Amino acid sequence: MIDIILAILSSIGALSILFASIGILRMPDFYLRLSVTVKASTLGVGLLLICAAIMFPDVSVTTKAIAIIFFLIITAPIAAHMIGRSAYFTGTPLWKDTVIDELAGMYNKETHELESKEEEAENPANEGPNIAKSEEETE
Amino acid sequence: MITLETYFDYVILPILAISVMMVFIRLFKGPSLVDRVIALDLIITTGIGIITVYSIRSNQAVFLDVAIILALIAFLGTVAFAYYIEKQKDD
Repeated sequence: MIDIILAILSSIGALSILFASIGILRMPDFYLRLSVTVKASTLGVGLLLICAAIMFPDVSVTTKAIAIIFFLIITAPIAAHMIGRSAYFTGTPLWKDTVIDELAGMYNKETHELESKEEEAENPANEGPNIAKSEEETE
Repeated sequence: MITLETYFDYVILPILAISVMMVFIRLFKGPSLVDRVIALDLIITTGIGIITVYSIRSNQAVFLDVAIILALIAFLGTVAFAYYIEKQKDD
């Protein structure tokens, strides 16, 4: 019985890792590749580690496997967010059929801060001299 | 009826190996630097899965320590790459 559970869990895990690698090879855009990779690979490795936790009859191994799953679930979205943010700043091109880019014009190019649209529309006079001053400073 | 050991040996491990090969293709031909960074991240994550299956097959739980260290290295590497790519644009 437990063999069947282990076989099902490891099959789903290995197949989701396979789908993540097919996605990173076939998707047309960096952002689509990022979104398909992180979630599927975290799910796959988590399921394989659950297999190891069930397989070994030892509390220390189970604790270790759960610690790895916890660490992966915490760190994978942070790393994906940071690399996606830096990719957006360096101007990685979007796919040609992308419907909407909601971040277009929202980032301040100098300070890398995210602004909302109302604030930008309310005080454009405050925005202009800041950018000009910082450009002068860099020159 | 195949046993679980042969299932791990002849189904799960080849699937993971084929996944690593396909990610390597993206690592070689990735058009930009960030593509290569996420390809490396996915290779290390798949490596954690391979280490887990290998530790199940060889009945050695010590290999899971290596998986912990690899997860840490993957996270720190991706964060460091992201930080320096952003700084490189600023200058």
